[in-house]
Amino acid sequence: MAPVASPCTDPVVLDMWHPISAVAEIKPGRVHTTQLLGSPVSYTLDGDGRPVVWRADPALRPGMPVDAARITERLPVIDRFCFVWTSYGDPPDRLFSIPEFDESDRRTFAAASIGVHTSAPRAVENFLDMGHFPYVHTGILGVEPHTEVVEYDVDITDDNEVVATRCLFYQPLAALAATKGQMTEYTYRVPHPYVAMLYKTAPPDPSRLDAIAIFLQAVTEEQIVAHNFLCMVDHTNTDSELKIFQQKIFGQDKPIIENQMPRRLPLAPRAETPIRADKSSITYRRWLADLGITYGVIPEAA
Amino acid sequence: MTWHPVASSADLTYRTTYHAQILGRELVAWRADDDAVNLWENRCLHRGSRLTLGINDGAELMCRYHGWRYANRTAGCTYIPAHPADAPARSVCNRTYPVAERYGLVWGSVEPQDSGQAGPPALDLLEAGDPTPLRPIVVNAPPAKVADALAGYRFQPSAAVTQRPGAAADWRSYRSPEGGWDVATVERDELRVTLRAADGDDETHLVAWVQPVDAHRSVIRGVLDARPPAPARLAVLRHHNHLLSRLRDRVEEQAALEPVPEPIQVEIVPVSVELSGMPELGAGRRAPLRVRVARKWSAAADVAGFELEPVGSPLPGFQAGAHIDLHLPNGLVRQYSLTNGPGESDCYRIGVKLEPESSGGSVCLHETVREGDVLAISAPRNNFTLSRASERTVLLAGGIGITPLLSMAQTLRQSGLAFEMHAFVRDRRFLPFGELVTSFGDAAVEHQGLSPQQTAEEIGRILGEHTLSAQLYVCGPAPMIEATIQVADELGWPEESVHFEYFANPTEIDDSTAFDVALARSGLTLRVEPAQTVLQALRAHDIDMPSSCEQGACGTCLASVLEGEILHQDVYLSRSERAAGDRMLTCVSRATSDRLVLDL
Ligand code: FES
Ligand SMILES: [Fe+2]
Repeated sequence: MAPVASPCTDPVVLDMWHPISAVAEIKPGRVHTTQLLGSPVSYTLDGDGRPVVWRADPALRPGMPVDAARITERLPVIDRFCFVWTSYGDPPDRLFSIPEFDESDRRTFAAASIGVHTSAPRAVENFLDMGHFPYVHTGILGVEPHTEVVEYDVDITDDNEVVATRCLFYQPLAALAATKGQMTEYTYRVPHPYVAMLYKTAPPDPSRLDAIAIFLQAVTEEQIVAHNFLCMVDHTNTDSELKIFQQKIFGQDKPIIENQMPRRLPLAPRAETPIRADKSSITYRRWLADLGITYGVIPEAA
Repeated sequence: MTWHPVASSADLTYRTTYHAQILGRELVAWRADDDAVNLWENRCLHRGSRLTLGINDGAELMCRYHGWRYANRTAGCTYIPAHPADAPARSVCNRTYPVAERYGLVWGSVEPQDSGQAGPPALDLLEAGDPTPLRPIVVNAPPAKVADALAGYRFQPSAAVTQRPGAAADWRSYRSPEGGWDVATVERDELRVTLRAADGDDETHLVAWVQPVDAHRSVIRGVLDARPPAPARLAVLRHHNHLLSRLRDRVEEQAALEPVPEPIQVEIVPVSVELSGMPELGAGRRAPLRVRVARKWSAAADVAGFELEPVGSPLPGFQAGAHIDLHLPNGLVRQYSLTNGPGESDCYRIGVKLEPESSGGSVCLHETVREGDVLAISAPRNNFTLSRASERTVLLAGGIGITPLLSMAQTLRQSGLAFEMHAFVRDRRFLPFGELVTSFGDAAVEHQGLSPQQTAEEIGRILGEHTLSAQLYVCGPAPMIEATIQVADELGWPEESVHFEYFANPTEIDDSTAFDVALARSGLTLRVEPAQTVLQALRAHDIDMPSSCEQGACGTCLASVLEGEILHQDVYLSRSERAAGDRMLTCVSRATSDRLVLDL
């Protein structure tokens, strides 16, 4: 039923870096193809394990062997945070930073890549939102009657990122390593229009923070792949336990955000009804509007 | 206004939701326990979640995403769990559509309600008999095309399906009327077709509507004029189901040959400007505590009891006679006395009398707030203090005014001190917390159904002459308190021994004057303008002043006055306290002089 997507023409979005695959999922020397911003792209790893990305060529079908050296028309590429990032335009020199990624005792890995029928900004907003914990992640990230979202701070940093701090929420089981309910403090970050991160106290060591991110691949305006990325202090659980936990949480969000209408995020203030708990999303919406993003959103009518 | 069928009545079972659609507009249909059918925009006003995912609890529909609740019939939002304290002081209301049930179908319209029409036009044909809806048939084709095809629909009269030997096998076919069936299209009206099939005297009418779901999607909703007799009903329904499915296949095949029309774009109506901004943090009355409604019960015919247990930090202690401010989900703030006995601080108990005429605080508590909800309250405050150093304590209660006195009575009982409680009520059913009252045994006396005159006389008899250190506490409706004060005065009770608490200030407040207020300790002079209260002027200058009822009844905003003439408009201070002129309630009282000096 979905109309065939037309390729993205939003210059701001075309110039951004976009995640397309976890590096660990790529078979070296084989063609992989995915959809990004309404157009197909192919990628592989060359002989040195470096990713190579190009606009899909019907002659190179997925699964076929390919000699990366013979791909001359390449798209920009970065291998960062366990993922391959590319761009159709003229992307910035560097990707945003995740300082924790370089701490040697952390476990960093790609957790799951899940297709979701919604826009990237809707998924970012859901990721920033605490109010849904008791209803969508009942018994894990929240539970009635602990439904209150207390006042928190939201700012736009000098690096032009949206940051929400002092976000406190009661959680029955905030992380796998947690055994009992507690007030958990979160910090949220939106370092890129289609990326959201959170930091929260790591139960084994309250002085350090687990970092979790979603990198959103905008397949079309209303179809995404949410790539989960973990950067954990937690040493009591195995990677696969942590992956399963993350998948479970995201699996609870998926049907909810797929039923938000419209799928593209409306930027007009009168489209929806914000409450104080939505401070971060209001800031995010304004920030998107200021950046001039039009892909995946319904811009405010001029 | 055009009505379209959107569901079979049977689809709307209790405690479920149903996804309906008219001309591209998505709707949620749900039936409340009182059988009211709701047809609303299928979008939560908060973040646009489909409400069909929500939970129908029989009285409200709760959104799945953040738990916002919308009331049966009005679609007004009654509860926002993320902010139990700040309450939507704004009225959030979802969009409702005209809806009606008729002929076993649920009808709706996406056009604005015009008052004359409570439902689709009545059809004589279906009014008479026992109309029976057929199973709906979904067709992926434009509604007009489906209606065209329906005009040519041919079927057997119900009796012919059922009476033939081996009828069970016969439902599959429409057999040409060799027996002389007379099948005709009686009427065609855009998306409605009326058909008749007759076999001699046996005739069956079928009225079929096409529900225009979208540009390329329709549902055939047929209704038979009479209910086929039980044994053959199934055969008749199958007969139509089979033939209509064949009709669907034909229509879809044809439609596939033509270009598929674009889905209808529906406009999402923007929320009102007031709702589009983020509400500011409420200043003034503070509600630092969070409580959960652990129990809600009927404490008298028109009184709901609420047991409030702490969420997070434990509840602060309180004294007999104390009250709390309750911040309601509809934005109102109301005061309720605690009925707790001494030391019972694991939960607070209050009684709320239903006052349908008032501005909605009690209605909200009675109808909307339920067990499990989180509410925001202030810490208990006490401006109605109990003296334990008296030889005689009389507690006079009018109706719901008994609540602070219950707390006092339990305190006195606990300390082994005698008291006399007198409860004036219409009749026994209206006695709040009757069980607790009964537990006081002979110490509590009920007076039922007395007129104001009789009440005053009875109070006179109860009080008698004042004896040394006797104390009187009265709480109830204003006329009763006034009568008591007068009777006590006549009997020689000194003013200091008569303690009263009004629920509300019946005084008509005059706020037309302007004057200056000098603050002795802060060295500040403020101007109080007409329509502004002293309290508001203080807060506008960041002077912290507690308040609760903000109508001159509770005494929380009391300030000492060093200079100036006071216009007292409260019901908290006693006559001599007013006359002394050294105290005022800043929420209602003003100056008659140009200037007041407060000890602040
Ligand atoms: S979207 Fe319905 S409660 Fe938030
Ligand atoms: Fe979530």
